[in-house]
Amino acid sequence: MGTQSPQHQSPARKRWMSILAKASFEDLRSLWQNLPDKPAWTRVRPPEIGMVMVRGRMGGTGNRFNLGEMTVTRCSVGLESGDLGHGYVSGRNKEHAEIAAVIDALMQREERTETIEHSIIKPLELRHQQSRETASRKAAATKVEFFTVAREN
Amino acid sequence: MYVAVKGGDKAIENSLHYLADIRRGDRRVPELSIQQIREQLPLAVDRVMTEGSLYDPDLAALAIKQANGDIQEAVFLLRAYRTTLPRFGASQAIDTGAMQIRRRISATYKDLPGGQILGPSFDYTHRLLDFTLAANGETPEAPKSEEPVADGMPRVADILDHEGLIELDLPDDEDGPVPDLTRESTSFPADRATRLQNLARGDEGFLLALGYSTQRGFGNNHPFAGEIRMGELAVSFEPEELGFEIEIGEITVTECQMVNQFKGSAKVPPQFTRGYGLTFGHCERKAMSMALVDRALRAKEFGEEITAPAQDEEFVLYHSDNVEASGFVQHLKLPHYVDFQGELVTVRELRKEIAAREAAERTDDDELAAAE
Repeated sequence: MGTQSPQHQSPARKRWMSILAKASFEDLRSLWQNLPDKPAWTRVRPPEIGMVMVRGRMGGTGNRFNLGEMTVTRCSVGLESGDLGHGYVSGRNKEHAEIAAVIDALMQREERTETIEHSIIKPLELRHQQSRETASRKAAATKVEFFTVAREN
Repeated sequence: MYVAVKGGDKAIENSLHYLADIRRGDRRVPELSIQQIREQLPLAVDRVMTEGSLYDPDLAALAIKQANGDIQEAVFLLRAYRTTLPRFGASQAIDTGAMQIRRRISATYKDLPGGQILGPSFDYTHRLLDFTLAANGETPEAPKSEEPVADGMPRVADILDHEGLIELDLPDDEDGPVPDLTRESTSFPADRATRLQNLARGDEGFLLALGYSTQRGFGNNHPFAGEIRMGELAVSFEPEELGFEIEIGEITVTECQMVNQFKGSAKVPPQFTRGYGLTFGHCERKAMSMALVDRALRAKEFGEEITAPAQDEEFVLYHSDNVEASGFVQHLKLPHYVDFQGELVTVRELRKEIAAREAAERTDDDELAAAE
């Protein structure tokens, strides 16, 4: 598998691949199941479970060091049109990686991009933002408001 | 000396069944699911992922269940599992500055930009047993503020940076290899990257005791908890076949920046020095302990006299890993029958020699006395 053509390295592709990876599997599966006209695909690389070494930085900003690994599942598929799709997803869910790869391939077909953006990518992005926002609003409720009591002597 | 011994197969098989039986406990009590452990014992899961050096909450929960709740045994199970997986590569360095904050506190600045966010913490509990938890009540959802936490919260170290009051921590090597103790064995003196990797997977209890020892005067650091932050951040990875980086998921991490007393040189005026702690999940005690020990291990770099265990990198790095430590201590349970027989022969010989020598001396003394 060689590096793909430049139009497929666009920030747009980076965005949708990231959204597919960070989505909850239940959300992804139900949106995928509701998608009409699913294509036929072949597995170029069957789902495979492995690890990625997560790196940190000394002091948060300095030189890199190895923090520890995380589980990751990857899968690559090809459509009849010849479009290749890749899925790289944290955890060990092979179905998640495969669906992500098929959607990645479909998103590269111009005639499908817009509908899939509306029916899958955007809803996943919104749900992710909502769950982040809920957690963040709970955290914000624990922010300390200091006040000074003025005393007259 | 190794001698093959047969037998005990049936006893071993039954012991394993007995272990499983004990794991299940009273059958009238519902069985724990992996999801229950993952969702309701999250700090145990976080500790197992951190010391097991593998981020996967489901696997950590499974390990805790399989280990009957023995956390170190669960760490061992996760470490053993990770050796069966291929490694696809290494991530881009995570950016803790871009963290979606759930907790962020500083003991050095009351009014730091972004504020003090307590998050979910035991710090303000009374440490009194809460019997309502035994009564199966439903827990209400936590209160929510109107607005989420502001983005881009500055690190405390960055605030001090502006005045040059704290040592800078800037990368000077972005392309070189990053030492990896899971691939090459550690040699001494060790670099800071190797030390931090070792500490990140090290036993929390060991690091806690070492950190505590530095506070009690065994290699004093004079530390302040400059900042502790916990929350979620994305992990980016560049697959070879893509040639550009993508986010592959989100993880929770805890970071601790310890600010320690000054060091200066002919070129640099006195400034605060730093110790750093970083863990998977919410492991605050571990992150703080790690930061204390990281700073203590930088003694040589700052020209400090090495007098205490926490400053001795061979001592710390060789004894921090609880899988290795547990293995070596527990191997004493394995049959040492032949070795022990050998020792028995030796101790009997020694005793026989001493008895013979004493008998001979007594005879000499008796003969002397008789001669007088």
